[in-house]
Amino acid sequence: MLDAIDRRLIAATQQGLPLVREPYRELAGRLGLDEAEIIARLKRLLDDGAIRRIGAIPNHYALGFTANGMSVWDVADELVAEIGARVGALDFVTHCYERPRHLPLWPYNLFAMVHGRSSDEVHSKVGEIAALIGPAACSHDVLFSTRILKKTGLRIAA
Amino acid sequence: MAFLDPTARAIVNGLQGGFPLTPRPFRDAGRDLGLSEDELIEGIGALVDSGTLSRFGPLWNAEQIGGAVCLAAMAVPAERFEAVAEQVNAHPEIAHNYERAHQLNMWFVVSADDPRRINQVIADIEQETGLKVHAMPKAREFFVGFRVEV
Repeated sequence: MLDAIDRRLIAATQQGLPLVREPYRELAGRLGLDEAEIIARLKRLLDDGAIRRIGAIPNHYALGFTANGMSVWDVADELVAEIGARVGALDFVTHCYERPRHLPLWPYNLFAMVHGRSSDEVHSKVGEIAALIGPAACSHDVLFSTRILKKTGLRIAA
Repeated sequence: MAFLDPTARAIVNGLQGGFPLTPRPFRDAGRDLGLSEDELIEGIGALVDSGTLSRFGPLWNAEQIGGAVCLAAMAVPAERFEAVAEQVNAHPEIAHNYERAHQLNMWFVVSADDPRRINQVIADIEQETGLKVHAMPKAREFFVGFRVEV
């Protein structure tokens, strides 16, 4: 569980780390803590999964990855754990989740987001997923985003 | 797409995770990339300023830090699409909203500190729009090893 100091640390870093030689000391100064404590807390939060990773967070669009396809698959429930793990391990899949079906409109229970430089590249990568899953998927589809209607960052109050 | 010089490329490809938790992390990370401490700091700053990187630092897991997140989809009639987008986006709990080419043509993410709030927002949107919101909470998350290569 997060304590009040963790939440202040989140608020202080959600726009990024200070780009100075000693960023953790700088954060420590802002928060009134020791550098060693900042480092220990970040390590714990990383180990616990509250931080996914620390580093460069690319803007996919600016890097030319302008096509984003949500591939969705109807996979037998008893196979979804094993197949999801294999699909997530592909290096072009950015998110991979099992989600509930909404029958009859929505038969799909496995979601794998694929980013590419063009819709052709996304289709070809979805083809690789299809080959990997094989007959275990009854059907699949790819939903391209045609417009971003809203996009805001994570907002955490201190 | 922005042209990336070798320094920028090394940063984007080599530093999407594993930034050191040491007193001089830019010096230590720079060693592996063949960059000096100051070159790395300046290079990252330039990539953030140009928008090539959204930011540099921790990528927080929204759910694990006490919030709740739920994907939801709606089938919105074409003639009402813009008006419904405005109604949905007016809720501060809507973090992302995308138009997608499908009968379910509006896909958005609801996020809130309190999981009960998610259900309330979904109920409010259904009431305001008269349209069914299909909640698609994740049942399981699979590990992804994704790295952008440029």
